[in-house]
Amino acid sequence: MAETLIDGRRGPRRRRFAPARGTIPLAIGLAMVLVWVATAIGAPWLAPYPPAEIDFLAISQPPSALHWFGTDQLGRDMASRVMHGGTYVLTIAPAATLLGLVLGAAIGLVTAWFGSWVDEVVMRVLDAVMAFPIVILAMLALTFLGAGTGNVILVIGLVFAPLIARTVRAAALVEARKEYIQAAQLRGEGSLYIMAVELLPNVRGPLIVEGTVRLGYAVFTSATLGFLGLGVQPPTPDWGLMVSENQALLTTAPWTVLFPALGIAWVVVAIGLAADGLKEYLEP
Amino acid sequence: MTAPLLELDNVTISYQRRRDLVDAVRNVSLVVQPGEAYGLVGESGCGKSTLAMAVLRYLPRNGLLTSGHVLFEGRDLFTMTAPELRRIRGDRIAMVYQNPGSALNPTIRVGAQVAEVYRHHRGLAHRAATEAALDMLRKVRISEPDRVAALYPYQLSGGMQQRVVIAMALASDPALLVLDEPTTALDATVQADILDLFQDLRGELKASILFISHNLAVVQQVCDRIGVMYAGELIEQGTIREVFQRPRHPYTAALFDCIPDFGVRKKDRRLAGIAGGVPDLADLGTGCLYEPRCLISRTVCRVDHPELMRAGTRHLSRCFFHMETPLPGSAAPLAGVAQSPENGRSDRLPLLSLNKVGRRFGKAHILDEIDLEIAPGETFGLVGESGSGKSTLAKVIAGLVPPSTGTVALNNERVAGTASRRTRRQRRDVQMVFQTPDATLNPKKRLASILGRAVRVLAGLTGRRKRDRSSALLADVQLPPKMMTATPDRLSGGQRQRVAIARAFAGDPKLVILDEPTSALDVSVQASILNLLLDLQRESEVAYLFISHDLAVVRYLSDRIGVMYLGEIVEIGPAERVFRPPFHPYTQSLIAAVPRLGTEKPARPVSLDVAPSGPADRPSGCPFHTRCPRAYDPCRTEAPPWRDAGEGYMIRCWIALDALEASQTAALRTRRKPDPVRVGPRP
Repeated sequence: MAETLIDGRRGPRRRRFAPARGTIPLAIGLAMVLVWVATAIGAPWLAPYPPAEIDFLAISQPPSALHWFGTDQLGRDMASRVMHGGTYVLTIAPAATLLGLVLGAAIGLVTAWFGSWVDEVVMRVLDAVMAFPIVILAMLALTFLGAGTGNVILVIGLVFAPLIARTVRAAALVEARKEYIQAAQLRGEGSLYIMAVELLPNVRGPLIVEGTVRLGYAVFTSATLGFLGLGVQPPTPDWGLMVSENQALLTTAPWTVLFPALGIAWVVVAIGLAADGLKEYLEP
Repeated sequence: MTAPLLELDNVTISYQRRRDLVDAVRNVSLVVQPGEAYGLVGESGCGKSTLAMAVLRYLPRNGLLTSGHVLFEGRDLFTMTAPELRRIRGDRIAMVYQNPGSALNPTIRVGAQVAEVYRHHRGLAHRAATEAALDMLRKVRISEPDRVAALYPYQLSGGMQQRVVIAMALASDPALLVLDEPTTALDATVQADILDLFQDLRGELKASILFISHNLAVVQQVCDRIGVMYAGELIEQGTIREVFQRPRHPYTAALFDCIPDFGVRKKDRRLAGIAGGVPDLADLGTGCLYEPRCLISRTVCRVDHPELMRAGTRHLSRCFFHMETPLPGSAAPLAGVAQSPENGRSDRLPLLSLNKVGRRFGKAHILDEIDLEIAPGETFGLVGESGSGKSTLAKVIAGLVPPSTGTVALNNERVAGTASRRTRRQRRDVQMVFQTPDATLNPKKRLASILGRAVRVLAGLTGRRKRDRSSALLADVQLPPKMMTATPDRLSGGQRQRVAIARAFAGDPKLVILDEPTSALDVSVQASILNLLLDLQRESEVAYLFISHDLAVVRYLSDRIGVMYLGEIVEIGPAERVFRPPFHPYTQSLIAAVPRLGTEKPARPVSLDVAPSGPADRPSGCPFHTRCPRAYDPCRTEAPPWRDAGEGYMIRCWIALDALEASQTAALRTRRKPDPVRVGPRP
């Protein structure tokens, strides 16, 4: 017997192409996101009509060769609006996530490194913040600050920071007990150096994965805020806003809601796929 | 001749790695007879654990038996159906692993866990199974089995847990017991007890044993025959007597040389390490696998792969020139210039002095009133079981843990409790090398940056001079310059420890604390690290605080030695005096527990497998009285006095020195019985 079966497995079979774990979902997810990024950037040239052009002769038309995604109640071309509509979500979400990452990483590192009462106080405050549903919290803040792109970024970033801080803190606590940190202390390195140079690079993996997961939620949250009228204002084309504007037409002209909603779903799923792949790749 | 119980016939096991198959075990054939104990030794990565798992057909998902057969009682394990295999694994082959904590279910009382084996594998009823479990617990020398059976695993010490695991393994009355490093995770004193147990059990049971260990001395105590593995191959096999008396493979001989004999000092000879490392299993040449590291290799070894050949009646060796294998000891060079920092030590100011240093965590006294002085250039060895406070003491001195009471002084100058509040000079003077090679270096930094930062902060050099100094440090620890750009994951454990040593020496320290720096390393690597430390000390006159659980290593390296028990130093003195009677009763048990090559064990004066009192419930009086066989009334109530045995040798005990000496000398004499097995002549 040349090859013996072990627990039902066949003998050696050499695969010609064995990509690293996670690269396939990562690549698909990234490609799916990039399609929309490219569309949003190229929309002024790609879109068949200007997004705000009103055509009273073509109100609420179903999809056709002239209007691929149909038109809304003002006769605006849905295809053009959906192509433009990703712009806001795709700028707000990364910017807000970045802000959340910076804040969260800083809070996580500080609490993990200083421990004792700093950790207690900060983490209890964050627990209190996280007890509120994210959208409610963001709504509250935006009602005080007023709607607008900058405020939406600020608010989503702030709301995400506690979640990211928890992840970073957990990872940093493990690293902080390791001997290379003790070696740094023996050299008399300051807390800032230890946090930034010794700890941060070693929590990069979980930080990136958490960031990608948050990015997906940020798309979703910013679309929700748009839907609630707290993001960009009409007539700017925005997926969330479009769903909100046209929800009354759901029964008579469903395409006006379907296509912007599909845009949101597409991006959220794509980012989720990329996040899964990245996690597999970084933390096998 | 009876039929063999276990037969491995030309077994090759490969792991699938990305695109390739890597052979972890290559063409191994061996036989275990009924009732025999076979020891398999080798350094990490040589394939011994893979082989052990193959015996139970427990290979990881990416592991494959690519050739050969594993026959147990004449049946091929790898063609059995799952139910057949299950029956064999439970009833006929039992296994004991390294870590008893993870082998026991933490939520079930240990008595019930042993009884479960009787019910499942022997079909006993509930009542009978419980009775049988108590019997088995008694058999593995657990006193008060009724009480212990009702406890949960976490309430038992590591040694007691391992006894329970052994009881479970024996409960199914197996024909073969596979022991994979069963004592490696235990303290030496506990290890000695467990080895005793195995020896006793061998007389009572008929089970064969396949004993896997990296420790030659341990295998010698338990086994009849031994197989030595190297890079996945069996390179030598024979009876214990044959192999230990006259190894016939240069690798085996070199392994013997790596282990400091108990009693050999750094003045006597250097330890012989083995140059180089285990070859990359994915990229093997055609020649002998050991050839690159071999001291007697010739041209043919580079070209031809040797088969196992007969080197004695039952002795096999995979070496063309096995008749020329050097005797252990002959390759070990004598120590260079014997350094003597002891000379004139008394009239120099102590480098480090601790005054009544104590450390508490909550109610627990981890350290209790430690007084200690270390002279410049001296090596002070600190020994004791785990939990004795050795590492905490090291951290207090280094400034990682501030003391709760007492003072730490460097050059007669009191220093702050934490490193960050010490002066730059004080920080430079005290540096530390840690235990875990995997965690000692920042995995995301290159060596250039790791060493560069240490040079910059500790020596205050920048730019070109910083780079030059870093390169010099790397050269000092005998690593090639091209490694500067490597990250720690490209380095072996020994290489990482070398970098950690270089980092500690960046600012010309006066005291380097070595906290078990070699306990995670193979013996051949340990030898070269110890030699490196001696060389560095000779050049720089640095003092070492060397912490280890390995008495032979501590005795080899140290000028003075302190013995710690439950946060106190119970004995302190010059290295050559500490291990000669009279000694503290605790030291006596420690010494008796050292597994030794070639000599019979001394009559063991005390079994220390009574769980020591934790630091939270320190006994009053002498902390050791709960385990001391000679404790009498004053030991239980009052702290014992320091007794001066001369030459700076002090023992903290209520028993008078001459009484200790008389009984201990007698105990030692029984050890010097004619020893049947001896390792070749040693200088």
